[in-house]
Amino acid sequence: MSSSPPPTRQEPKVAYWRQNLMVIGALLAIWAFVAFGCSIFFIEWLNQFQIGNLPLGFWFAQQGSMYVFLVLILVYALVMDYLDRKHDVKE
Amino acid sequence: MEFIEQMPLFGAAMTATRAWTFGFVTITFMIYLYIGWRSRVKESGEFYVAGQGVPAIANGAATAADWMSAASFISMAGLISGLGSDGSVFLLGWTGGYVLLAMLLAPYLRKFGQYTVPDFVAKRYYSETARIVAAVCAVFISITYVAGQMRGVGIVFARFLEVETWQGVVLGMVIVGVFAVLGGMKGITWTQVVQFFVLIAAFLIPTFALSGMLTDSSVPQIGFTTGDIAEKVNLIQEDLGFASYTQPFTNYDMANVFFIMFALMAGTAGLPHVIVRFYTVANVRAARYSAFWALLFICLLYTSAPVLAMFARYSILNTLEGAHIGEVAKSDDDVAYIPVYRVNDEGKEVPIQWVDTWQKTGLITIDDKNKDGILSLKNVDGNFDEVKIDKDILVLATPEIAQLSPWVIAIVATGGLAAALSTAAGLLLVISSSMAHDLYVHFFEPNASEPRRLFIARIMIIGAILVAGYFGISPPGFIGEVVAFAFGLAAASFFPIIFLGIFDKRMNREGATSGMIVGILFTAVYIILCRSDRVLGFDEPLMTPWFQGSSWMPNGLRPEGVGAIGLALNFIVAIVISRVTAPPPEEVQDLVESVRVPRGSHAPEAHFDETDAEADNP
Repeated sequence: MSSSPPPTRQEPKVAYWRQNLMVIGALLAIWAFVAFGCSIFFIEWLNQFQIGNLPLGFWFAQQGSMYVFLVLILVYALVMDYLDRKHDVKE
Repeated sequence: MEFIEQMPLFGAAMTATRAWTFGFVTITFMIYLYIGWRSRVKESGEFYVAGQGVPAIANGAATAADWMSAASFISMAGLISGLGSDGSVFLLGWTGGYVLLAMLLAPYLRKFGQYTVPDFVAKRYYSETARIVAAVCAVFISITYVAGQMRGVGIVFARFLEVETWQGVVLGMVIVGVFAVLGGMKGITWTQVVQFFVLIAAFLIPTFALSGMLTDSSVPQIGFTTGDIAEKVNLIQEDLGFASYTQPFTNYDMANVFFIMFALMAGTAGLPHVIVRFYTVANVRAARYSAFWALLFICLLYTSAPVLAMFARYSILNTLEGAHIGEVAKSDDDVAYIPVYRVNDEGKEVPIQWVDTWQKTGLITIDDKNKDGILSLKNVDGNFDEVKIDKDILVLATPEIAQLSPWVIAIVATGGLAAALSTAAGLLLVISSSMAHDLYVHFFEPNASEPRRLFIARIMIIGAILVAGYFGISPPGFIGEVVAFAFGLAAASFFPIIFLGIFDKRMNREGATSGMIVGILFTAVYIILCRSDRVLGFDEPLMTPWFQGSSWMPNGLRPEGVGAIGLALNFIVAIVISRVTAPPPEEVQDLVESVRVPRGSHAPEAHFDETDAEADNP
């Protein structure tokens, strides 16, 4: 997002920030795939399959995507715990 | 109460419901006020420091209560029930936004450690003009949102006290007013934790009961997936000439589903009263986990709502289609209603009581158009032929539809009030803090005394309640739709500039201010012009939706989804203008650098005043 960081008085944690952006990028890609892909753009194609007695696309749109959102936020919190320790920026 | 008991319409069951509701509402209100009063006593003096001791899980529950409003509790299942598969726009829009919030905004805003959203904007964009624009946006968004809550409160009271909806709204205004001044003025985080348990219990009990009645599993999420109700409801829908329930894009086309869902997601992440909740946790790490807990608690309701929607749809179609219509009757207080009967196995006519009682609120109307004495639910222009059911009553009526005990009906009414009041109180405090602290005191009376600031804040709350009440009585749509507009406005104003403030170090005050103005103006004007028949009282809308008649969006871009376009405009304007104007000063760039790293998060600075305090704990 940001242009090349100019020198600042405090040493910017460039590596930490770059890895944070990569984690966010990967998790938001899954988010977009599930929310917009499975629940909107491919919903009709997915509806030919069934989960239990429900069409799969309908299930993603009204159940599955929300479970994925929950997992994504938890994974983000856990990964950032690890990155905070690794880069020694923990509070 | 006596005259109610004398009405022929209300037998012993109704009196029991009334008594239970009265009891539950009284008890829960006393608990809320008691907790609010206690934390007020404990926290006076060191308000912020005490607020920051909130554990992530409790803050999650409080956020969930603050967040799940009348729209989520009362209105959403009803909207989904009418929309079928396309109801996913609300489910995913209002949960998916937490992913954005958790990764893109919350941790960094917590590190920033300011108190209100306009505070953040003013500091990051080193501009008092930006503060004014942000404060005006916050007020505008919150008033739109609170209007939906007032209508929700009005509906609950209308049903519970058998009065007109407008009388219910007025009563709601009075109670919210008292509630916001007494309970909402100080740290009500723990009140909201209790309110969360009230509203989630109130929602889940009838849903579990309904699931147990209609499927093999009482767990709604399982009964939904493994039961056969989807097939049954699809069959009835087709018989009546409606599209199949699980078929997508029958109400909104694909493009609109995308735009509305995206606008709701970005709006969720940009709502001022949600963002400020993340200032109350101990540190950056707690902010991340708090987002997780909040979404977990929210999902308890949000994964159950589509189940309730489909099961209630099935029950309504199954009960009402082919029911017998009686002669027009009049209750003792002179309200005409048309009794409806279901013929049971022995050939006897059994009254369908919930239809009779809801008719008295004017939210169900029966019209036997062909005078054959049989109710028809056939599809006529997308509506039922001979009965009109307001979508907002579905959740409240479900326990009656499923013939559950009176105490279940009562607990649902109590939960609806908890949802509407906790959110309304929080929103009114955001409005009051923006008007009083960010605008009035900041610019006109920077040296105002403490009592004077409180006085101004109270005047602002009363003004906000009056405006909200007006819109509650003549709303520009159903609760869920009104609230959806607030999200569009938040998506088009706050989300982009907060996001850019953290992720784009080059973003400056010129870019952010103009982006915010363009985004919110564009979105608001589009919504108002498309809805001018209901917002401004014109006979016809002043503008037909854009892209109407196009192959990809036959009915045009719906106003609920225009926030996505406003958001894109905000981004474009902000980035272009920031690149042709001077970069932000060195110390602001250092500030951005520092919010990106958790270490060094601290309690907000020691100076604070009453209006600041209100804003931090809506």
